[in-house]
Amino acid sequence: MSATQEPEGVAATPASRLAAYLRGGGVIVPLLTTVLAFLAGGLVMLVTGADPIATYEAIWKGTGLQWLFPWVTGEDRTIAATNLQQTLIITTPLILTGLAVAFAFRAGLFNIGGNGQYIVGSVAAVWVGSSFADMPSLLHIVLAIIAASAAGAVWAAIAGFLKATTGAHEVISTIMLNWIAVWVGVWLFSQDGPLQNDQNASLPVSNDVVEGARLPVFWGDPVLQGLHIGLFIALFAVIVFWFLLNRSTVGYEVRAVGFNPEAARYSGMNVGKNYIVVMAVCGLFAGLAGALDVLGWQFRIATVDIQITFIGFFGIAVALLGRNTATGTVAAALLFGALLSGTSQRNLDPTVFEPSLAANLTYIIQGLVILIVSADVLVLGLIRRGRGVFRRDGPARAAAPATSEPEP
Amino acid sequence: MSASTVAASRVGIPARTAGWVGIGLGVLAAYVALPPFLIRTPVVSLLIAAAAIAAGVYASREGETRLGWIAVAIAVLGALFAVIAVNSGEGNLERVFAWSALIAGMLRFATPLIFGAMGGILSERSGVINIGLEGMMLMGAFFGIFGADLLDSWFLGIMVGVASGALLGLVHAFVSIHLRADQVVSGTAINILALGITGYVFIYHYGDQGTPTDIPRVPNVTLPGVEDIAFVGEAIGRMNLLTWAALLLVPVLTVFLFRTRGGLRLRSVGEKPRAADSLGLPVLRTRYLAVTASGALAAAGGVYLSIALLGSFNENMTAGRGFIALAAVIFGGWRPWGALAGALLFGFSTALAQRLPAFSESTAVLFQALPYVLTLVVVAGVIGRSRPPAAIGVPYVKE
Repeated sequence: MSATQEPEGVAATPASRLAAYLRGGGVIVPLLTTVLAFLAGGLVMLVTGADPIATYEAIWKGTGLQWLFPWVTGEDRTIAATNLQQTLIITTPLILTGLAVAFAFRAGLFNIGGNGQYIVGSVAAVWVGSSFADMPSLLHIVLAIIAASAAGAVWAAIAGFLKATTGAHEVISTIMLNWIAVWVGVWLFSQDGPLQNDQNASLPVSNDVVEGARLPVFWGDPVLQGLHIGLFIALFAVIVFWFLLNRSTVGYEVRAVGFNPEAARYSGMNVGKNYIVVMAVCGLFAGLAGALDVLGWQFRIATVDIQITFIGFFGIAVALLGRNTATGTVAAALLFGALLSGTSQRNLDPTVFEPSLAANLTYIIQGLVILIVSADVLVLGLIRRGRGVFRRDGPARAAAPATSEPEP
Repeated sequence: MSASTVAASRVGIPARTAGWVGIGLGVLAAYVALPPFLIRTPVVSLLIAAAAIAAGVYASREGETRLGWIAVAIAVLGALFAVIAVNSGEGNLERVFAWSALIAGMLRFATPLIFGAMGGILSERSGVINIGLEGMMLMGAFFGIFGADLLDSWFLGIMVGVASGALLGLVHAFVSIHLRADQVVSGTAINILALGITGYVFIYHYGDQGTPTDIPRVPNVTLPGVEDIAFVGEAIGRMNLLTWAALLLVPVLTVFLFRTRGGLRLRSVGEKPRAADSLGLPVLRTRYLAVTASGALAAAGGVYLSIALLGSFNENMTAGRGFIALAAVIFGGWRPWGALAGALLFGFSTALAQRLPAFSESTAVLFQALPYVLTLVVVAGVIGRSRPPAAIGVPYVKE
């Protein structure tokens, strides 16, 4: 992986090409992708002897989204409300891990390390949140969130730094950083680990986040895991994401490097610095996701949580389906959040469909979504070639490399 | 120290040799504190480490900067390690560093990594990134035991498992070669898809019970004669059939890649597809075959986990081993022997981690991160940069 050829020639191009394609195509292709994936999921149910329609109906009920319809009343509405709170609780980190992947894509980078950045962020949040018991509440929350975001940013920036200085491919380094985060996290909270629970030395779990550092619940019963204000923080991050990309110098450079690192370099941009900044911003989003989960509803981390968390990987599907745009990411996060909570043990009616089966079904659907999105690069290319012309943003699209192989 | 370097340079030892000697001494500094030597004073280790540092500094001054500093780093770590070892109980040390058992453990844990890494080499040498190794391995792990259970034969189990991995490899090949998708995205999809498929069928078929305990297992090979030899017998006398297969795969793949026409074609397709195409080589077909075979090999690693090593399956049981295999590929610079070295190193660190709880539960856990840290160091080019095939990740379009 020589520094001269790798970042601009081979590695950045496919990702940036993908990113360029993903931004086009409107909402039809993502919708079609979703429908196809869900149809395939239905087929799986059919083959294994379950009724797809009844199952999807039960999952729909589990999402609580029918709360949005005013004609749902009485007890149904109460149940829908608690289910919807769960859906939105899961949507919150998904928005952020989605942004973490999307932002990198826009810069021609593939951040596969959202999971590690999320873990690092949640560890930092639980550490700050469970220390300093006497701190004023607001200050404590802000401090924990800043610590988590900073931890995520630094963790991700390692990959950016390695790419900028040595040309190490960010896919490889973020994968490695994911697993390092997992094992360091497990180490911290496992027996005789440095951050393991003070009260009970045999439990592989962190200390509890103190009352003052927990995010306020604004909808539902705080005791029964109501919806915390983290959702608004995530939505605010979406605005920051949009503003940063579309209305700031940083965003301009990020997109320029994403389109064509070589051209960006010649126009005087510091491509290497850009990689570091981009990854740091990605890690900031993912670390924030970890903070909101820990301060919002988990309040503690067990080593098992670290090993099975998948939120960061879901972010890849969210970003791809959301075409790396701000609104698309929110919509895709809501879709996957709904799917996750609709199939959870807590929300899915086990008489209709076994929740543990349904959990695997969500993986199948998610995998298919990513597979179809990745494959529709060709479909989109054909559509565009058929139309011949660029639609909205004109010449910028032309700068995106075509499907032909770059000759060294 | 400066005196020694001056003296050495007058003697005219080549810098490279000095660097390697330094590395060797650094390892020795740690080794003498362990069984069977078990020197119970740090003085010896510190002296050896000092010599190692001197050699390292000399090497770095004489031009081998990187190698020299690696030697210094290893010497410092070795000395630290020795001090820790000297301060630990002798009994603990003997329990953890039972070398024959450690070697047996290393080979056990390295087996799935070797299979996965060889698969990864095939795919990546042909120009297709395969981060779906983890998913393919998981497929093999589940469908291996599923097949062995249903067909009541470990051999057919291996076949079913390998076929399932090959099938997933074919999907990856189709999407990334034919549809020219981003290979990393496609690989990510493969991993998540495999997690869903295996988990779904597992729970659908076995429910909460888990896999039955009377699964036909791949047998261990007892070497008559060797088995009774004191050290060797314990280390390799009773290895699993699939471990032997994995070890055999390494020279076979080396010969295939570097000594046969097929291997030359595969590599040329991964380095300069345009040139290969102009010579009439079927670029796409070669890549298809390579990626499918890659899936089959990775799955063999999974099969080993489920019906040879453990005799059971649980959800997501590969737990990152596919990624360690990928790490071994990179660590070994996309070469079979190098990847084997990586797999053995990572297998050794796992084997050591298994025995470390005698000291400290948490340190043992931290050891699991070692393969990933080392790979990060290697991709960053701190210790000799490893270079991927030139056309990796680039879909080929015929003109």
